[in-house]
Amino acid sequence: MYKRLDEAGTAVTITVDGRQIAARAGDTVAAALIAAGIAHCRTTPVSGAPRAPYCLMGVCFECLVTVDGIGSRQGCLVPVREGMAVETQVGKREAGR
Amino acid sequence: MTKASDLAPSYDLVVIGGGPAGLAAAALAARAGLATVLFDENPGVGGQIYRAIGFSPVKDRTILGEDYWAGAELAAEAKASGASIVTGATVWSLDPARLVGVSIAGQARLIQAGRVIIATGSLERPFPVSGWTLPGVMSAGGAQTALKAQGLVPSGRTVMAGGGPLLWLLAAQIMRAGGRLDAILDTMPRRNWLRALAHLPDFVLSPYFAKGLKLLREVRAKVRVIRTDRIEAVGGDRLREVVFTVGADERRMPADLLLLHQGVVPNVNLAIAAGVAHAWNERQLCFEPVLDGDFTSSVPGIAVAGDGAGIAGGTAAAERGRIAAIAAVRALRPAAAVPDLQTIRQRLQREEMGRAFLDWLNRPADSFRQPTGDTIVCRCEEVTARQVRDTADMGCEGPNQMKAFLRCGMGPCQGRLCGLTVTELIAAQRGTTPAEVGYYRLRPPVKPITLAELASLPIAEAERKAVER
Repeated sequence: MYKRLDEAGTAVTITVDGRQIAARAGDTVAAALIAAGIAHCRTTPVSGAPRAPYCLMGVCFECLVTVDGIGSRQGCLVPVREGMAVETQVGKREAGR
Repeated sequence: MTKASDLAPSYDLVVIGGGPAGLAAAALAARAGLATVLFDENPGVGGQIYRAIGFSPVKDRTILGEDYWAGAELAAEAKASGASIVTGATVWSLDPARLVGVSIAGQARLIQAGRVIIATGSLERPFPVSGWTLPGVMSAGGAQTALKAQGLVPSGRTVMAGGGPLLWLLAAQIMRAGGRLDAILDTMPRRNWLRALAHLPDFVLSPYFAKGLKLLREVRAKVRVIRTDRIEAVGGDRLREVVFTVGADERRMPADLLLLHQGVVPNVNLAIAAGVAHAWNERQLCFEPVLDGDFTSSVPGIAVAGDGAGIAGGTAAAERGRIAAIAAVRALRPAAAVPDLQTIRQRLQREEMGRAFLDWLNRPADSFRQPTGDTIVCRCEEVTARQVRDTADMGCEGPNQMKAFLRCGMGPCQGRLCGLTVTELIAAQRGTTPAEVGYYRLRPPVKPITLAELASLPIAEAERKAVER
């Protein structure tokens, strides 16, 4: 869906549901997911429909993910950090986290 | 990095939002001697227009254009001014007594402000078409953010839909960057010209005229532009194709990415929660704060500057920030030297000149603001247009009652992506006006915070004893 204009930049490795993803310093979690071609980052609590980052500016809350054990973080506002563990959120199960 | 514990308990001026309005306001106020802090929830300042200014990986300056790089000067000015600039700082509360609730890296503080300038800017108008919640559908603003901040450009089959200056600018930027853009579906009704024409003379004299023409020519030379009055995003777990109509024909275009945009509207959540009176703007089809000439709101000591005060663009936003800052300086430190207000007002007037033309020309059609059938209106709670319309027909008079019936506006986005749609649908269904219907009642926290963050607020011994038995 997207490509990086410039492959240079400091490599940062994060995990998404345990799988290693190559990100860059300066990426937010949501941008790293998009760059890695991850199709969706959560399923909704209402119908279980898949959702992916939409606005990337902190207003739509579609990119909610669990970051290092804390649920429902806005992925577009969290900069990646080496070793960061990101988990996608599945429907209602994560709603109480 | 500033930590919550580094903050003073009070400041003369708290500026919320680090886009052009916030940066210009903070710089001017700090220079004039006000103890000033600026909070922005993003990793860096610049707001959306100057997103990632200073650390954008896009090095070729022609890609984003000189208007983007002009933001560097604003950011540098603010940095040199002596204002505390705190990024990664989420403001979740503001009350009429100007107590500001802010969270930084999981630690919360309540900060007392002498004056507050809300500079939370704009967000993209909701674009509720069938399938707009599918992965693979994004807002054009989102794609532009990914380009500015991470140097990401669309590389798959990409379609843009909608209209307005940002859409055309992004199209040009994607093409300059060597990205892929298969088609632009222009949804702006041709009859908009009828209303816009009267404002053409002003627009011709504005700085946007020459830029706009050049941009349109640049994009049209490279990308297919198709006019349509109906769009649907179709797919299963992700976008597969875009369906649209041209005249009586239905057409299908396979796509990996659909970028939607039909203008921007003020981001009103914090201001409404603080008790600032808002009014409907029929030309811009949105609610905006009621302000005086210095951008002071109905709540004493709270001003709203920038696009949050009504859409006028980035350059105007900076001038508005300066005007609001001068008012703050005059209130708190009347003897301090400030730049000449009249000069700033004249610059602002020039910046705002072409706005009426742009507004009328890019006024989205009713069908793209007031959806029907199973199209999702509230993305968070998955409430459809039919549900909202039927509930209005049953007697529901306003968006707050609609929450009780359908939960629309009660998800994590707090109505940011459905508020205007719900208001307009109720108005349409009940034969009244959005002004009459009103907007969601918004309350703090305007951004979600954890209990742990609340528990991190410092507590005085007397406060602890007051609740201990």
